Amino acid sequence: MSKAVKSLSRAAKPRLATPQHCVEEIRKDFPALHQTVRGGKPLVYLDNAATIQKPQAVLDAIQCFYSRDNSNVHRGLHELSERATKAYEGARETAQRFLGAADSRQIIFTRSTTEAINLVAQSYARTNLQAGDEIILSAMEHHSNIVPWQMVCEQVGAVLRVIPMNDAGELLMDEYDKLLNERTRFVSIVHLSNSLGTINPVQEIIRRAHARNVPVLVDGAQAVHHLVVDVNELDCDFYVFSGHKMYGPTGIGVLYGKTELLEAMPPYQGGGDMIRTVTFEKTTYAPLPYKFEAGTPNIAGAIGLAAALDYFGQFDREAIQAQEHELLAYTHERLAEIPGLRFIGTASEKAAIVSFVLEGIHPHDIGTILDMEGIAVRAGHHCTQPVMDRFGVPATVRASLALYTTREEIDKLVAGTRKVLEVLG
Amino acid sequence: MSDLRELYQEVILDHRRQPRNFREMEEANRRLEGYNPLCGDRVTVYLQVKDDVVQDVSFQGMGCAISTASASMMTELLKGKKVEEAEVIFKHFQDLVTGKSDGSDGVGKLVVFAGVSEFPLRVKCAILPWHTLRGALKQQADAVTTE
Repeated sequence: MSKAVKSLSRAAKPRLATPQHCVEEIRKDFPALHQTVRGGKPLVYLDNAATIQKPQAVLDAIQCFYSRDNSNVHRGLHELSERATKAYEGARETAQRFLGAADSRQIIFTRSTTEAINLVAQSYARTNLQAGDEIILSAMEHHSNIVPWQMVCEQVGAVLRVIPMNDAGELLMDEYDKLLNERTRFVSIVHLSNSLGTINPVQEIIRRAHARNVPVLVDGAQAVHHLVVDVNELDCDFYVFSGHKMYGPTGIGVLYGKTELLEAMPPYQGGGDMIRTVTFEKTTYAPLPYKFEAGTPNIAGAIGLAAALDYFGQFDREAIQAQEHELLAYTHERLAEIPGLRFIGTASEKAAIVSFVLEGIHPHDIGTILDMEGIAVRAGHHCTQPVMDRFGVPATVRASLALYTTREEIDKLVAGTRKVLEVLG
Repeated sequence: MSDLRELYQEVILDHRRQPRNFREMEEANRRLEGYNPLCGDRVTVYLQVKDDVVQDVSFQGMGCAISTASASMMTELLKGKKVEEAEVIFKHFQDLVTGKSDGSDGVGKLVVFAGVSEFPLRVKCAILPWHTLRGALKQQADAVTTE
């Protein structure tokens, strides 16, 4: 692993002892934040739920790998390959520790959250489900936690059941209980909704599913950098997240799975690195985790992700959460002053994501006008069209916060939104 | 603010506030729905075409300022035009909003949409009503989508 990463992981004292004071310090770690856009406007980056900016430590780790250790993993006898393998497997251990998993063999590197879900859908569900079996999702799933299950349903004749939500964007747990029955074979649920910001009671969802011996996958794409995730405590069967929403690079994701489930599952893809022996008559597969990592993996991506997790690990998680919570409350309070503004997603348990619409003004126009002010938000359906339908809107504007978001940026968002009213109101 | 006004020109804002020909047309002999799945814009274009001439044209739907104004101005411009003229104007308009022309060519009042070319993600908003219109003129059966 790179020097930069090593030195960071050795940083003894957690930063962010006094949150507000430290944000300016933290911002120095993120080169992309320090630029102007749209003719000289300082960038206000509030599209962190789409992808988050990368700290210098991550950029250094990737650069260091390619400029010094670049080699293929698990096969070369030479020094570079040893270094690459060590760094790649070290990244797996970093991810294992981050999730609180017992064993690094439970960590499968994938391209993304999406690929991790597809892997479980095709390898676990397609193998184990039959016609008439039921898969439970929630009404606030990202398309990537809907479509892979629909594909399995088409393949095996299973049926999707959906936990509805109330007007605040909270799942109706009584309805969940009604959906759970003897035909339920799988539950796949988002931990933190990307379009509403709702934190779902996944532990309780898992407990109730397990009472019927039903395995549960938790989509943690948004959760990992806002909540403290411990897969043992959750007792989830699968947990998935992406590197790029966690201060790491794109193209790398993580699947955690319970060992007995992963071992029983057939490979997802065939190729090099996932085999023990190959003849034209019979191939035997490699043990975990390699069985699920066909082909040359995204080595630099895994190393970059580990650097991101190390970077993130230096902060006091409770202090981060407290800071984000305070900033979220401030964002809600300030935006609520704007006439005609309606929040989409007002769950009592919520994190770092604020979706809203303005009466009579299309979110795309809001997004464009904010962009002209240098403010990057997302305007659209956020890959959650069923959520938009549920709230009767074509799209929303979404501001999503990160470690480095400041109160001043929220003030600019509010001023920019007022400007929208001046232009189009 | 000046850039903002280049995109959201007064004419565009006016058509957004009071869209012209914004109605369902019962006597239409062509109609088609257009949809932009990225932003959820929906538009339905109604046409009354006789002897290759657009006798009447109207629209309904919900969308952003750019797509609403584009649909509104399109209907104003096309009334009484020949079908083949509509095709020519579409090409000119497409060139305008994608930055391939400066609008001196045959788009008339639609030149107010020149600013759209600076916003690649908004080009589809401006052009959705036109794609829908073309589909309707060709009597296409399936709804038009931008994706």
